[in-house]
Amino acid sequence: MIIKREEIEKLATLSRISIDEKTITDVSERLSSVLNLVDQLQTANTDSVQSISRPFQVSQRLRADEITESNQRDAFQVIAPATDNGLFTVPKMID
Amino acid sequence: MHNYTIAELVKGLQSKQFSSVELTQHFLARIRQFNDQYNAVITVTEDQALQVAQLADQRLATGSAPALCGVPLLHKDIFCTKGVRTSCGSKMLDNFIPPYNATVVENFEQAGAVMLGKTNMDEFAMGSSNETSFYGPVKNPWATDCVPGGSSGGSAAAVAGRLAPGATATDTGGSIRQPAALCGISGLKPTYGRVSRWGMIAFASSLDQAGPMARTAEDCALLLNCMASFDDKDSTCVDREVPDYSASLNKPVKGLRIGIPKEYFSEGLHPGTEAAVKKALTDLEAQGVELVEISLPNSDLSVPAYYVIAPAEASANLSRFDGVKYGYRCENPKDLQDMYCRTRSEGFGEEVQRRILIGTYCLSAGYYDAYYGKAQQVRQLIEQDFVKAFADVDLIVGPTCPSPAFKFGAKGDDPVAMYLEDIYTIATNLAGLPGMSVPCGMVEGKPVGLQIIGNYFDEARMLNLAHQFQQVTDWHTQAPEGIL
Repeated sequence: MIIKREEIEKLATLSRISIDEKTITDVSERLSSVLNLVDQLQTANTDSVQSISRPFQVSQRLRADEITESNQRDAFQVIAPATDNGLFTVPKMID
Repeated sequence: MHNYTIAELVKGLQSKQFSSVELTQHFLARIRQFNDQYNAVITVTEDQALQVAQLADQRLATGSAPALCGVPLLHKDIFCTKGVRTSCGSKMLDNFIPPYNATVVENFEQAGAVMLGKTNMDEFAMGSSNETSFYGPVKNPWATDCVPGGSSGGSAAAVAGRLAPGATATDTGGSIRQPAALCGISGLKPTYGRVSRWGMIAFASSLDQAGPMARTAEDCALLLNCMASFDDKDSTCVDREVPDYSASLNKPVKGLRIGIPKEYFSEGLHPGTEAAVKKALTDLEAQGVELVEISLPNSDLSVPAYYVIAPAEASANLSRFDGVKYGYRCENPKDLQDMYCRTRSEGFGEEVQRRILIGTYCLSAGYYDAYYGKAQQVRQLIEQDFVKAFADVDLIVGPTCPSPAFKFGAKGDDPVAMYLEDIYTIATNLAGLPGMSVPCGMVEGKPVGLQIIGNYFDEARMLNLAHQFQQVTDWHTQAPEGIL
């Protein structure tokens, strides 16, 4: 199975990763080889097998919907790439 | 001093044979002297370490010091350390200084341990050779032209090279056990939920688990005593009493039923590794255990299932690295999309990008059921294989990985060849079971690991068997040339 160029481009867009034109064939080949490996899953008979998303059916613990964290805005913003008056800043989105 | 085990260091500190400051200075000097050869440590916290060591000495003088008071350790650079860079081996987090400690780090602070620094690792823990680190590959102290394994290769090489007596590590598909095997040390991945994941940078959240690395099983028990705890901040952490893992190390192992999975001794296993593991089984048999052949029939599906589930979870987890709140941001983005795309392409390495793309593919419309849904069903089959096996045996034993350490670049062009390195370790992560690796022989001058898999929360029994094995063998006491 070979992943086509258009599919790689779509995946790159979904993943927000730029793929260099020069490496697109290489990326396609390597992804295809991994997908050939995972295609072995199709040999398994999983009729009536329940799917599990975490080990030993452990259930997610819930807590009361209460504020438990203190405000640490300054501590977190000091490590941000760009901030302004307590806000995280990004390039302009709307003209 | 660097040849003492952690158990011996604790005794030496408590009996004032040496001080924590002396010990810390000794290991810091070793890091300065040898780290250029191994590239195992990427951040050294010298000033902080000496301050903590001084405090430890004061506490030791009072006679009321906690369990690991004054013992120097290294942390894998995946654990957030307050005020100390936590890079996860990535350019993306090269400038990230967390404002908080991971629970594991906090536990060691409470126990009085001294952090010497942070260890190198495969980028975002994705790799089995430590070749994907932004900071360059770690070298195996046994053969510096060979890989140390991964992703916790820095921790493993540091312990093998006596740069620290123990280190923290994490295991998503074998990242504690495989580097422990390749570097000739002991390493333990606990049951999923035994150790808090809070503050541990996520790769695949349903598989990731932190554990200790040290030279002996006895030391792994001491470190696990400190690492394992219930943590309300990790919603998958299991609220269950933590036993004293050191208490049962000396129990007789006579009569234990040990399952030997026939699938772990098939094609692809290096003959030297096979011979070493079989010799270890004979040694165990001489100690009175009963060996029982078992079957884990879906073993061959564990690698394919893992390479759907782990990348799928990674693609979601790593979406947080977008250049907005912390970490790397590209220069002069022309708009928001450009910022996201260039930040991620420039900040992530090739293997991380590949896994994000695979995960995105498996989760995308039209492929979800065929890949992710199917992999989750296969995960159930793999778990059931173990449940059936543990109805009849106490522990499962086999090789940790198919061959000893390989040369740099040997598997670099073929991701699938690299992924098969974890063929014997991945299934336990999918099932959430505990597993460990202990040294059991040498092939071509390089160590071989024996894997011990336990039932859920049965780490104490695994450690008991490993410790008893280390009472009649000396593989764990051997050191790379020039170390002793």
